[in-house]
Amino acid sequence: MVTGDVKLIGSWASVFVMRARIALNLKSIRYEFLQETYGTKSELLLKSNPVHKKIPVLIHDDKPVCESNIIVQYIDEAWSSYGPSILPSQPYDRAIARFWAAYVDDKWFIALRSILTAGGEEEKKAAIAEVEERTDHLEKAFIECSNGKPFFNGDHIGYLDIALGSFLGWWKVVELDANHILLDETKTPSLFKWAERFCNDPDVKPLMPETAKLAEFARKLFPKPQA
Amino acid sequence: MADEVILLDFWPSPFGVRARIALREKGVEFEYREENLRDKSPLLLQMNPVHKKIPVLIHNGKPVCESMNVVQYIDEVWSDKKNPLLPSDSYQRAQARFWVDFIDTKVYEPADKIWSTKGEVQEKAKKEYIEALKILESELGNKPYFGGDNFGFIDIAMTGYYMWFEASEKCGNFSIEPECPTLMASAKRCLQRDSVVNSVPDPEKIVEFAFKIRKIYCV
Repeated sequence: MVTGDVKLIGSWASVFVMRARIALNLKSIRYEFLQETYGTKSELLLKSNPVHKKIPVLIHDDKPVCESNIIVQYIDEAWSSYGPSILPSQPYDRAIARFWAAYVDDKWFIALRSILTAGGEEEKKAAIAEVEERTDHLEKAFIECSNGKPFFNGDHIGYLDIALGSFLGWWKVVELDANHILLDETKTPSLFKWAERFCNDPDVKPLMPETAKLAEFARKLFPKPQA
Repeated sequence: MADEVILLDFWPSPFGVRARIALREKGVEFEYREENLRDKSPLLLQMNPVHKKIPVLIHNGKPVCESMNVVQYIDEVWSDKKNPLLPSDSYQRAQARFWVDFIDTKVYEPADKIWSTKGEVQEKAKKEYIEALKILESELGNKPYFGGDNFGFIDIAMTGYYMWFEASEKCGNFSIEPECPTLMASAKRCLQRDSVVNSVPDPEKIVEFAFKIRKIYCV
């Protein structure tokens, strides 16, 4: 099976890059990973994504595809006969998956990140409360989408699992930073168990960064203000 | 069994109009229900509990939310009908989705500020808005539509903003056409399509609406 020339510009620490890598793994696509150096942007990145200048960028036979969720959909469609489907097969289920993936990025992630950028204790508390409320929505989404199966997508991981699951490394780092559990076994039991299954998936496990290494990187990215 | 298609919407919404256009492009019969956003219906709150926003497409009792999500859904469900809204080539589809994402971030944010702010904030928003439109114009190139010869996904996304061009210009006291002449030409083409003519309100009514809400937002 000819997959063409596939490159992915990214970084080991990026949630968004991980989404693309999981999707490529699911489809068993071999690719060249071009690691960007933190603090600089390569010429290839600037040429391939002139609009946003951000990673990830998938380059398939010299044609760039940008934006992580769009890359995942592209991987599913371009290699539709390889491996399992990443998006659900029914239009309604696809619409639901896309809705929640957008919610993860537009609402949930924004709240998670604001814990790391919070100016003081009050701000942090408010951010934590927001994350908890939004995670609760995702717990309900999981129950609705999974329909008793192990993943949002059913029997195997799919678009929404990838969209949310790629955050699990950073989720843990933010928990440690906030000194507060953000994925609670008693409050969101379905998500909690799903998270373990997701991290142990063979297409995910080799990509999930070590918490300690990610925490160290987080300290560089989100330096604490000097006392 | 006949399909039951209901659209919960708000007449001047640049997002709601996208759903209306997509349904009409496909020739789908639907029931339009006007929402009062200051007094949202129990149905809207039930069908979109997460965001409580329009548009919501209710197809045989099941809700689909978020405008471009609705447009993709319409394209996939009524795929046997004429006028595919997304290209069939997977790379072209990725490009279409990329530009719609660009529109919903880089055009949306400044557009929103143009009618709801004044002074320096509004000036900055106008600059960002024109910059974003110029990037889109460059992507459009010489094509009649973003979709090439065919009106499609990106054009539908932009039509929501095209219908607000006059209101934005009047609120911001500036002119878009000298800055983006080919985008404006494509906008006029889109605004003449049957599905669009039947979906967009009278531009004067949008201007009137914009000034009414501007009074509320700008002290």
